[in-house]
Amino acid sequence: MALFEAKNVTKQYGSKLALDNVSISVPEQCIYGLLGPNGAGKTTLIRIINQITGPDSGELLLNGNKLMPDDVQYIGYLPEERGLYKKMKVGEQALYFAQLKGLSKAEAMKRLKYWFKKLDILDWWGKKVEELSKGMQQKVQFIITVLHEPKLIIFDEPFTGFDPLNTNIIKKEILFLRERGATIIFSTHNMESVEELCDNITLIDNAKTLLEGSVHEIRSKWAANEYDLVFDGDVNIEGNGHYNILKQHVENNKSIIRLKTTSDINTNDILQTVMRSGSITSFNPALPSMNEIFIRVVENRN
Amino acid sequence: MNKISVIIKREYITRVRKKSFIIMTILAPILMAAIVILPTVIMMNEDGGDLKKIAVIEDNSDLFKGTIKNTKEAEFIYLENVKVEELKKSFATAGYYGILYISPEIVNTPNAIQLISKQQPPIGLLQHIENSLKKEIEKQKLLTFKISNLDEIMKTIETNVSVQTIKIDDSGEVKETSTGIAMALAYILGFLMYMLVFIFGSQVMRGVIEEKTSRVVEVIISSVKPVQLMMGKIVGIALVGLTQFLIWIFLTMSIVTVLKTTILQKTGITEISQSIPQNVMGADQKTDAAVQTATVSPELAEFSKLFDSAMNQPWGLIILSFIFYFITGYLLYASVFAAIGSAVDNETETQQFMLPVTIPIIVGLMVAMGTMQNPESSLSFWCSLIPLTSPIVMMARIPFGVPYWEIAVSMALMLVTFIGFVWMAAKIYRTGILMYGKKTSWKEMWKWLRYSG
Repeated sequence: MALFEAKNVTKQYGSKLALDNVSISVPEQCIYGLLGPNGAGKTTLIRIINQITGPDSGELLLNGNKLMPDDVQYIGYLPEERGLYKKMKVGEQALYFAQLKGLSKAEAMKRLKYWFKKLDILDWWGKKVEELSKGMQQKVQFIITVLHEPKLIIFDEPFTGFDPLNTNIIKKEILFLRERGATIIFSTHNMESVEELCDNITLIDNAKTLLEGSVHEIRSKWAANEYDLVFDGDVNIEGNGHYNILKQHVENNKSIIRLKTTSDINTNDILQTVMRSGSITSFNPALPSMNEIFIRVVENRN
Repeated sequence: MNKISVIIKREYITRVRKKSFIIMTILAPILMAAIVILPTVIMMNEDGGDLKKIAVIEDNSDLFKGTIKNTKEAEFIYLENVKVEELKKSFATAGYYGILYISPEIVNTPNAIQLISKQQPPIGLLQHIENSLKKEIEKQKLLTFKISNLDEIMKTIETNVSVQTIKIDDSGEVKETSTGIAMALAYILGFLMYMLVFIFGSQVMRGVIEEKTSRVVEVIISSVKPVQLMMGKIVGIALVGLTQFLIWIFLTMSIVTVLKTTILQKTGITEISQSIPQNVMGADQKTDAAVQTATVSPELAEFSKLFDSAMNQPWGLIILSFIFYFITGYLLYASVFAAIGSAVDNETETQQFMLPVTIPIIVGLMVAMGTMQNPESSLSFWCSLIPLTSPIVMMARIPFGVPYWEIAVSMALMLVTFIGFVWMAAKIYRTGILMYGKKTSWKEMWKWLRYSG
């Protein structure tokens, strides 16, 4: 069952249409990617989910029930533009936000100590935010987002400002949160992390949904009958009536070849043909990267 | 509700703990106390200063011999057969403070008197000399009319005038009032209101801008409603303001009391207050007390008169209306300031919006100052009814006495306007805090007013 659903959401700012009849359905314990170029309407949708603004029309459901103002305690939100009070001490600030989410002071304190230890920033408890590095501030903000153990967590570009080491730590934490039962909506431009983390995605452009579904299905669908072949040694093959060779090159004494089938030839028949040319070490359907799909979908539209 | 109190607490505590708050809170009463105490200290120093010896010289006459009486500060020594030109060179070494030179044309030309000295003479000394000479000249002129018994006539017509003001209220009850007290009160109340509204209102604005530019606001309003955040901030800052004022009042009064009892013990000022209980307590201490009270009794009478008329002010009404106008006036302006803060990206952009908001406050303050001179003017009347200026102007009018219906109308108008303004400000605020990068115009803000949630 879907933990969160938005049905036919429309939002207009003055004469500008920010969301045009957009629907998403986020299954429980799923990591759901919200993709789209800048200005597509992602932030508006996220703000509507957070009830920062209301939709002009459409329906929002959490656990099958209409989303209510009190539901903010079940939602965690890490905005793209991170914001902390610069002059306030880290620990006090985290406590403040936790209390705003409805945690008692004692409970908030307990959980904060756990998370601060886990992310190795306990030494910074008494420091002012302005004394922290950007990555460190991001960690504090991450903790604030997840501290009240929300069922639905929304991360808007969670990895900006992190070095690769910390990016990995945060990735692990996101997967850990999912394991513990959280459902995650994840908005990003970083398509590698989408391939790595997301189960489902929606691609929004110009206020409309362009693409929706599971990452695997989408990539297979866009694969368009392309295969990657690797041979030992320098091997040269040529296209025939059933397939064309898109590109081939030799690297580290291996020949890497991509071909595209042009008829309904099945993979066994292809293999039988090409295996005469040399010894095959791998044969894979070539899935396009999410990056390619993203660019192609958005450019097609324009 | 619980979340608002969390917000109020944060707004309050972070501000009260700031170094600038602590410094201002301690420094201001010291300054205030200095302003109160300094004049008395200066007076005291003058009293203790050297006796000024002044040589009096007249050309070819002795008309004014003994005319100018010696005072505490100055001794007038009449010199005969001395030329001004000679004395000019040597008066300082001879121990004189200055030379008072009276030329024979004095009766006809007022400029015929010169006081020659090395330093600027104190104004009190000049007045003493002018008064003494004026009286003497007038007397001399009268003498030329050859009126018999002139001395007696002069004595009987000598009078002291002091106007007593008495206010009669509708029930016919007579109260002795003092215009001075009413003016002082009007000034203090009007100015206090202005300070509270302006200083703390613009603090609200700065707070909103801080939250907007640091993008904290988006995190917060995913937890609470924008209106809750706005009201929490406004109330928190109001409490900071009240805390500061209470500390100021308490500290200023303590410092003044301590200084008065320690530094000023030797002077006559404490004698006045000492003689009050003696005066009241009665007859058995006649001997010493009588001597003391006799010397200060005119001042004492003046003092107790002031005290009485201060007590005759309608304090209940003043306090109640101050609280009312403070709450509504502050909330009205603070929410407008919050709306402005939400509409801009940084403080420099606030200026185009600040002007129309500050104008009514400044006008209010100026009319309030005018009210001290003429509390019944129609300008004061209208400004004390119009909601944007009424908190300041009405507070300045109340010490002079205002009919109840005017206060009621003013308060009702204020209440309606206040609710309307807070409602509009909250709508603008809600949209404004999430708008970045665009330069906001009045037209834009008008559009925000009509956005749905």
